Amino acid sequence: MSKAWLDELTEVVGEQHIQTKKSSLIAYSFDATPNFQALPDAVISPKSTSEIQQIVKICAKHHIPIVPRGSGTNLAAGTTPTQGGVVILFTKMNQIIELDEDNLTITVQPGVITETICHTVEEKGLFYPPDPSSMKISTIGGNINENSGGLRGLKYGVTKDYVLGLEVVLANGEVIRTGGKLAKDVAGYDLTSLLVGSEGTLGIITEATLKLIPEPESKQTLLATYDSIEKAAETVSSIIANKMTPATLEFIDQPTIKAVEDFSQVGLPTNAQAVLLIEQDGPAQLAERDIQTVEQLAVTHGAINTSIAETETEAHNLREARRTALSALARLSPTTILEDATVPRSEIATMVNAIYDIAKKHNVTIATFGHAGDGNLHPTCTTDLRDKDEWERVEQAFEDIFEKAIELGGTITGEHGVGEMKSPYLEWKVGEQGLQVMKQLKQAFDPHNILNPVKMFAKSTRKRVVVK
Amino acid sequence: MTSQSITQAFQERISEGELLNCMRCGFCLPACPTYVETQDEVHSPRGRISLMMAVRNGEIEEVEEVEDSLNVCLGCRACEPACPAGVNYGHMLEEARAIFHEHKKVPLKEKALRQTTLNTLFQDQSKMEKATSLLGFYQRSGLQKTTRKLKVMNFFPEHMRQMEQVLPKITKRKDRQDAAHFPSETESKATVAMFRGCLMDTMFYETNQSTIKLLNKAGCDVVVPDTQGCCGALHGHSGEKNGSINLAKQNIQAFEQVEADYIITNAGGCGAFLHDYGRLLKDDDEWSKRAQQFSNNIVDFSSILVDLNFVEDAKLKVDRQVVTYQDSCHLRNVMGVSEAPRKLIQAIENVEYKEMPQADQCCGSAGIYNLTQPDMSMQILDHKMKKVETTQATTIVTTNPGCLLQMKLGIERQNQSEQIRAVHLADLLLEACY
Repeated sequence: MSKAWLDELTEVVGEQHIQTKKSSLIAYSFDATPNFQALPDAVISPKSTSEIQQIVKICAKHHIPIVPRGSGTNLAAGTTPTQGGVVILFTKMNQIIELDEDNLTITVQPGVITETICHTVEEKGLFYPPDPSSMKISTIGGNINENSGGLRGLKYGVTKDYVLGLEVVLANGEVIRTGGKLAKDVAGYDLTSLLVGSEGTLGIITEATLKLIPEPESKQTLLATYDSIEKAAETVSSIIANKMTPATLEFIDQPTIKAVEDFSQVGLPTNAQAVLLIEQDGPAQLAERDIQTVEQLAVTHGAINTSIAETETEAHNLREARRTALSALARLSPTTILEDATVPRSEIATMVNAIYDIAKKHNVTIATFGHAGDGNLHPTCTTDLRDKDEWERVEQAFEDIFEKAIELGGTITGEHGVGEMKSPYLEWKVGEQGLQVMKQLKQAFDPHNILNPVKMFAKSTRKRVVVK
Repeated sequence: MTSQSITQAFQERISEGELLNCMRCGFCLPACPTYVETQDEVHSPRGRISLMMAVRNGEIEEVEEVEDSLNVCLGCRACEPACPAGVNYGHMLEEARAIFHEHKKVPLKEKALRQTTLNTLFQDQSKMEKATSLLGFYQRSGLQKTTRKLKVMNFFPEHMRQMEQVLPKITKRKDRQDAAHFPSETESKATVAMFRGCLMDTMFYETNQSTIKLLNKAGCDVVVPDTQGCCGALHGHSGEKNGSINLAKQNIQAFEQVEADYIITNAGGCGAFLHDYGRLLKDDDEWSKRAQQFSNNIVDFSSILVDLNFVEDAKLKVDRQVVTYQDSCHLRNVMGVSEAPRKLIQAIENVEYKEMPQADQCCGSAGIYNLTQPDMSMQILDHKMKKVETTQATTIVTTNPGCLLQMKLGIERQNQSEQIRAVHLADLLLEACY
């Protein structure tokens, strides 16, 4: 390939940091979203912010699409290079720059693996709470761009709640720094918040300062088993209604339990219709008291069995098992498609039941698990994308799920992002004017539309059929 | 080699469904040593699967790039236990390698090397014996000394020089005991048949003897079928599928002739391949059942020692030392054995056991990988030795001959052969029996 812009890029990063071989292009042609795959023109691994600036300038000059990519664990086609162009990797920008124990912040390059941050700060008795299921693999840059959530979202919030400041390369190649090591900062628009979750469409994040909190003293883990989904959902509502805020409140239905147990063998009750995995942390006495209250609530609402993990290993295994839910469901069929429709937490039971009805109506298989405590469900469809007829029904089922979630005051995506996959539905949630404002923002940040094009904004919105 | 005929072979022999089982979640990435080293998806399990899919779909003409990617794979299969979707990566890898191998015009030099090592040495135990007794002669005759003095090895690449240094001492033929039956030292609890392995039987003859003695002490009558051969793993892993099928049949026959409760191996690499005979011969009507029966009987010696309460019955003691354990990938990832060796080591009095970080990651030996991909192998090994260093261990225990040689090589590369030793678990346990 002898394209002038490729030569210019090569000059910036050096030959060994730009790949154009067919095998490399294929290896970076996808993320974890089924059915979205396309070859980029090059894969590039810059070593510094200034190299990224030069890359962006070259791409802007030649109108080449840029797709920033962390570890490619995206579930809504956020890093698939469907318009070709350059995939930017951050594997050479993976250093922890500073752990500031006086201000309780950590400053990192975008390529640091999320779990590495957690481990690093835990060594100092500190805590970085956002813990997406892919935290062993995902990068912090990816987490920030997607505003990732995780199992601890109920009590501790999500990525956006921990990003204090950013360094960002804009579409014209200039650099801005937003926020800082500040608890309060109202100087101008809150660009940090705007950029978190912008899915690489507004700028390229090259550094981030994150907020840390003291590590909770102790942790208690409870597993409650149910013979009906309703009872589990009622327990969730009662926990919230009783003003309890567990650190984690996860819901897993039977097909998911089976798949997870098959893989992880941690002793989940495979005959149960649903289980709740509940964790509370904090000072030992408080955590213990809370978990006992929660256990009582579970029993009152019809749990057939409850057990509190006796060792940290046991608790850890349960958490890890839950994290594998999505991939473990992939055992059941060639294609696994996962959504993250989210509703106000009071509507969890309604939503879970609606999902089952929708699955039945369209004759598709949907397993459900997710962060029940914050209303964030993961209806997961096990299907085969080679079966065109079924694939269409799957799409219709998910449309119905989005529709229902919005009807209940929810959203089309709680934590995975819009990407390319859900872009036709964005307007359903944000409305025509909402979408208009977002497009204007995009235009202001990226007039040539080179930053992760076709993500977030679809050519046209999916026609909304309101089901009553 | 033409990309069309390769694509056709992929379509015929690698199932689309199996490839599609990979949902590309990336859970395999941190488990894959070559991804960890390169941070490049071309060298990750999901990347390799996407490349196999591209070949199958005829989307890549540059099939040699795919072959390169598959060659850099260690075949350690650490991605399999890490994969929640249960993708059978190892099987697809072997099939893909076999296809490439069959379609390839092998350069004469490599052909000669493969021919000698795989088809002659490893197919025929007597030739392996001759070759290793030559090695024994080389060591005992003073030739080794002369070679070292004259620095003849300086003409070879560095890792080959170092490998020459770490080759084990070969037992003289006339000192070898080839009796086929070794009775239990106590009341007999089980009859087991020993798979001796080609390398283990020649270069690591002493370790096999240790294993048999341990089994005898634990209450096993041990038989060693005479007509058994190499397990075929090296053939299978490098694409010589037919070679491995012939060996599998030979071994199944050999072990059917002795009636034993279990077939014991002491080499993770062999064990895992024997454990896979059922799959290897699944399409062969005459052999599939027999192969499955054979596979079901395969047990690593460490598991059976634990099952027979060897740790409680035997008094095990060594001089005070810090010991660490390097997993054999295939023992851990394919046979699922990781606790038994650790249990046995920790049962020895005076052993301070220190778990090494990422002991479950490949050491870079991986069959003949350290010969075919020396750069990556040495990079992985040097990083492994850094992990060893954090334990301050003076003894590194392994459960596979390849790993054992590699760890010795690592020690040699660090110039620490005076301070650290690498031993097979069986030898350490026997040492602890006295």
